Amino acid sequence: MTDISTENTDGIHFITVNGEIDAGSSIYLDNALKQAMDNGEKKIIADLSGLDYISSAGLGVFISHLDEFKLKNIELTLFGINETVKQVFDILGLEKLLTIEKTKEEAIKSFDE
Amino acid sequence: MSDKVKIRLSFLGAIICWLLFTGSSIYLLLVQSYDMKVDFSNFFPQLCFTGFVLTTFAYYRYIITKADSLNFTDLLWKVFITGLITTLISLAIQLFFSIFASTTLVESPLTINFFYNILVGLVVIYMVSTLVVWKRLILYQKSKNLLKLWGFFEIALMASLLFDFWGIQFGEPYFQLSLVILALFSIILVFNLKWVAYLNFKQKWKGILFILLSGIYLYHFLLKLSWFVATDMVIMNLLDRVFILGLFAFLFLYAVISILVTLFNLPTSSVFEQKLKEALDFQKLSQSIPRGETKDQTYEILLESSMSAVFADAAWLEVKEEGGTNQIIRNLKDEEVNEIKSAIKGETIKAILRLELKNEVNPGKLTDDLKHSQFKSIIALPIMVQNKQVGFIVLLNEVSEAFNREMVNIITTFVNQASVSLENLSLIQESIENERYKEQLKIAKNVQKSLLPKALVNNDHLTVAAFSMAADEVGGDYYDILEYRENRFGLIIGDVSGKGTSAAFQMAQMKGIFHSLANQGISPSEFNKKANIALSQCLERSSFITSTYFDINTEENILTFSRAGHCPSLFYCKNENTVDYLKCDGMGLGMVRNSSYEDYVHSNTMSYHAGDTLLLYTDGITEAKNQDGEQFGSDRLKDSFTTHASKAPDQVKEGIKNDLSQFIGEMIIDDDYTLVVVQFKDKKND
Repeated sequence: MTDISTENTDGIHFITVNGEIDAGSSIYLDNALKQAMDNGEKKIIADLSGLDYISSAGLGVFISHLDEFKLKNIELTLFGINETVKQVFDILGLEKLLTIEKTKEEAIKSFDE
Repeated sequence: MSDKVKIRLSFLGAIICWLLFTGSSIYLLLVQSYDMKVDFSNFFPQLCFTGFVLTTFAYYRYIITKADSLNFTDLLWKVFITGLITTLISLAIQLFFSIFASTTLVESPLTINFFYNILVGLVVIYMVSTLVVWKRLILYQKSKNLLKLWGFFEIALMASLLFDFWGIQFGEPYFQLSLVILALFSIILVFNLKWVAYLNFKQKWKGILFILLSGIYLYHFLLKLSWFVATDMVIMNLLDRVFILGLFAFLFLYAVISILVTLFNLPTSSVFEQKLKEALDFQKLSQSIPRGETKDQTYEILLESSMSAVFADAAWLEVKEEGGTNQIIRNLKDEEVNEIKSAIKGETIKAILRLELKNEVNPGKLTDDLKHSQFKSIIALPIMVQNKQVGFIVLLNEVSEAFNREMVNIITTFVNQASVSLENLSLIQESIENERYKEQLKIAKNVQKSLLPKALVNNDHLTVAAFSMAADEVGGDYYDILEYRENRFGLIIGDVSGKGTSAAFQMAQMKGIFHSLANQGISPSEFNKKANIALSQCLERSSFITSTYFDINTEENILTFSRAGHCPSLFYCKNENTVDYLKCDGMGLGMVRNSSYEDYVHSNTMSYHAGDTLLLYTDGITEAKNQDGEQFGSDRLKDSFTTHASKAPDQVKEGIKNDLSQFIGEMIIDDDYTLVVVQFKDKKND
């Protein structure tokens, strides 16, 4: 159902999420983010173009790491969010706390600003 | 017809038949002695005799089959008692004859025939009752074939009764042929003696005695009958009847065979008793847990039954448990246990005692000889639960080579059964625990139900209808309304992230926050700011709550609201007949846990008119999926609300619920979902 893979290119840590993230699978997303943090990654891009659905528990995973990312100067950018998932982000107000771009190129560029 | 009536009728029938039999015999005697020529043959007494036999048979059949609870010795006791009474009466008749010997009284055919008929009655009663008892013994653990065979035998007996009407006498070929047929049946039947095996040693001796006596009675009756026949004065010679002779042969044969078989079974009865005890012990072991006994009791039963099964002189059992090692010792001192442990030679047994057994062992390695001053033989068996050795049982005997393979097998079955029982016990305990959790959840559910408002506002200004359903026993959706001042209402809808128990606790906190803040009459923006501070203290970092807070002023018909990340509410404007989402920027509570949260808080104010309707809901509604994985979505919800918005709040709620359930079809909503409908009225313009 849920498939999360990671990859490092040009100093950027990519996390690709496919499928749905609910209360059960949110642990895998959490693990992927923690792993990136432990590895000392500073630039993380989450590719959510394959994400069909995210539950409040999944959103909680992003929210729970916000403070620590800020503290450790870790930048997180999301891209490829589909319309339904984007709506969820917007309603919650999460789009104001995260950097969200449309494409991968824009996401990579976001670190230069 | 009840059995009681049947017994009484057959009893009465037997008496009448006997009286008619005696009467007709004596009548015949008179006819003979006075040489009267009347058309009256032997036919009638024979008929009465047949009737007497049949009614007696019926009587005993009802009496003995009714008494289901009778065991074998009770049955044999019945035969013995009936035989004793009938024999005593026949002895009394003999006494009568010897007292009045050589007087005309005892030489008169009338007296002789009268007493002869009494004797016939006694003989029939004894033989028929014995036949019924023998039948029950033979048919113990019956097979279909045996039952069929017995049926034929009974038919043959009846046929012999009919055969006797022809008056064919002993010695004639047909008579002998019939007798041979009956004898053949008897020989096949008499070897059905399964009941003998179920007698214990004492019962077997009793059985032999009773059967021996029953045989003696039979012999006694045979002598008596021939004595009467020898006087040559009896009207109906019973010894000329195939039925009587056949029955005699059968009863006698079965008595002889039973005695012989019981005698030969005497030496083995102790083995049978031992096996029976093992079976009972086994049953006791397997039932020990369902009966609510504890582990310790199961160990005790295991030890006791194992000891008695192999005639062990001493034994002990050790089981590793959470709190240490549980040791139960029988006929041994603690120091002896250690002595024996060091006296063991076999590696397998040593491994068993160290609880280090890994794989299957050769049963031959479980027994060994001991070099100990008192105990010479040992059996050690591991106690395994779920393929892990948890303990062992050791049995000792003072004689060397006292244990054999057979004994190891028995103990192995005992130990296996005990393991099953122990596993069952832990399963039972688990299920009891689960039951308790369920009970707790039920309580939680009731408590949570009481957190949602019981009575909703329904006054001149507002009518409210609501519905909330949790995916699990408890959920994280919350709604409430409170009139903090006259004509001023605080209204909230909230949704805790996640679902289940943790969400339910946070929902309860939300209620506390709502009631303390709303009562102060603060603005919606203020409410969200303060609620965020309060929740930041206690929410887990990954949890948050979305909510929308409304302040309703029913005096001025003004609505102010602030949305904290909750799905936007729908508003129906009656005058323009439009439905729109109420837009307002905002962020979920607990997402940003510092003062910067205030930057994200906004509020909107609007006026409303009579008939306008507000719809609050949680994302369980919009995210409900149908079979194709499609969400109900905000557009469908808007359409549904548009259709129903002008109706009364209750109908609006029901209408949307119906549309939703029609959309999802067979699917189940895997989230908490809530609907709140608020309809405004206008007091001023009424």
